[in-house]
Amino acid sequence: MSRNSQRKAYGNTLVELGRMNPDVVALEADLGKSTMSILFQEAFPERYFEMGIAEQNMLSMAAGFAVSGKIPYASTFAVFASGRAYDQIRQTICIGNLNVRICGSSSGLSDFGDGSTHQSIEDVAIMSAIPNMTVLAPCDAEEMRQMMLATVDHQGPIYFRVVRNDVVDYYPADEPFQIGQLKTLRQGQDVILLAHGVAVEIAMDAAETLEKDGVSARVVNMSTLKPFPYDAVAKAAEQFQAVITVEDHSFIGGLASKTAFALRKSKTPMDYVAVEDIFGQSAQSSTELYECYGITSENICVKVKELLK
Amino acid sequence: MLQAEKIREVKKLAATIRKYVVLMIGGDGRVGHLGGSCSSADIVALLYGALMKHDPKNPDMKGRDKFIYSKGHAAIAQYAALAECGYFPKEDIYRTKTLGCHLQGHPDKLKTPGIEAGTGSLGQGLSIANGMAAAKKLDNEEGYVYCVLGDGELAEGQIWEAAMAASNFKLDNLIAFVDRNRLQATGVISERFATDPLPEKWQAFNWHVIECDGHDVVCLDRAVDEAKKVKGKPSVIIADTIKGKGISFAENDVSFHNGSLTKEQYKQALRELDAVLAAL
Repeated sequence: MSRNSQRKAYGNTLVELGRMNPDVVALEADLGKSTMSILFQEAFPERYFEMGIAEQNMLSMAAGFAVSGKIPYASTFAVFASGRAYDQIRQTICIGNLNVRICGSSSGLSDFGDGSTHQSIEDVAIMSAIPNMTVLAPCDAEEMRQMMLATVDHQGPIYFRVVRNDVVDYYPADEPFQIGQLKTLRQGQDVILLAHGVAVEIAMDAAETLEKDGVSARVVNMSTLKPFPYDAVAKAAEQFQAVITVEDHSFIGGLASKTAFALRKSKTPMDYVAVEDIFGQSAQSSTELYECYGITSENICVKVKELLK
Repeated sequence: MLQAEKIREVKKLAATIRKYVVLMIGGDGRVGHLGGSCSSADIVALLYGALMKHDPKNPDMKGRDKFIYSKGHAAIAQYAALAECGYFPKEDIYRTKTLGCHLQGHPDKLKTPGIEAGTGSLGQGLSIANGMAAAKKLDNEEGYVYCVLGDGELAEGQIWEAAMAASNFKLDNLIAFVDRNRLQATGVISERFATDPLPEKWQAFNWHVIECDGHDVVCLDRAVDEAKKVKGKPSVIIADTIKGKGISFAENDVSFHNGSLTKEQYKQALRELDAVLAAL
């Protein structure tokens, strides 16, 4: 299985967009080498704004660019985008429904070394709670690229949830992206596993193990977290005996919560694999953290079997 | 520099803005930000009535000057100016802050014609103005971005992030005003949370600093003229003002920061402002 970096895809696609559209501008807060938005600086130095380590000013200034007809991409870590600059995003960008693109990089537990201060386990919940916001979480590098290409002209703000570490390639080059689509990555008849971001790989691993045990699992990439396809999820669940959500995020306000809401009138039982209501910590790898917090294919298999009993 | 006739027009507009502010608050128990709206009324009148290039019939006109009220709670002064300029019918002001009306408690870009960006959570307007000024530079577009800040608002840390950014990006098409009325919602700023010395602070952030009387239209006009001549850095006009200016009983009285008027106060305020208008 080949792997690629969503961060590199983000930076490269930003350059691609900059070439296609002269109104695209990039802002960053001294994390450009990490978010890879620095690639834009090399290509379009006059449209690149190093904002210093000042995320609040960065997001409000992005709003100023947006009301002037620009399409600003403001990049920082997910935990700072959703936390430090929450008010700026809410007050001007979302109330004004402005075309600001926010890159929440190193999301979830993917920033394993930096510990709880840098691990965004609640960014999807925070961003989803604001009216007008769109929340997208790609599962691989190509989807990162495609969702940026597809949404450059989207009316309103978008939050991109980007994974720090290299992720498995699932999509061929030029696989188109559409907001709100449920994208099946693996067919199955018995249970349906819904996942986003880095958790897609964990769900795919689980599906393989389940297959060996005689359980056929469909894996769906839920890269649109808002507007959440509630009806489509409810409809899809009808065909299965169980639904499991998998994510590198708190169960509160993430895919688990959204799916539970979608299934509020459903007869199909559901369970979740997610971070509990606790903070992360430092570790030597994200895998170590996923094992520690139970975001594993083994745990998915256990939950599936419990629901199928 | 403005001619005498234009100065008279601006003074008239400032009094009209104050009158609208009183009309919007009413004398029936409704509350509104009278104090900070009246303290900045002369600045707003000068910009909308004389200095800004803008077209109410074409609010999105390229190359227009732009206005951001960072102290968004004074929105009613801006609504008065916008109504007077013809951005929307003057009758709308009587429905300010009523359900379904486009005139919200704080500026809303999607609802009100002529509002460039939403403000209300203090400390963010200067950053928004930065983005607008930087966008103008990218597009080689003419025009200035004006941003009015409250002096109480200067306690917000983001103001100083924005101050650093504006000088870093050499935004000489950005002119900020500090409406220095020296009062915040709970009392005298210097007694509650010291923000002085202001000129030195702005100078340290590499801004061109001008101090002037914020109710003297000639002085304000001269200050803007000076600011426009400064190249390579943004300018701030620290305008000394009186909270509640123009309404005798409300001047320097913190209870009118966001208060109501009795029926008698309402009538007296209108009488005083009508007298000013009649004298112009």
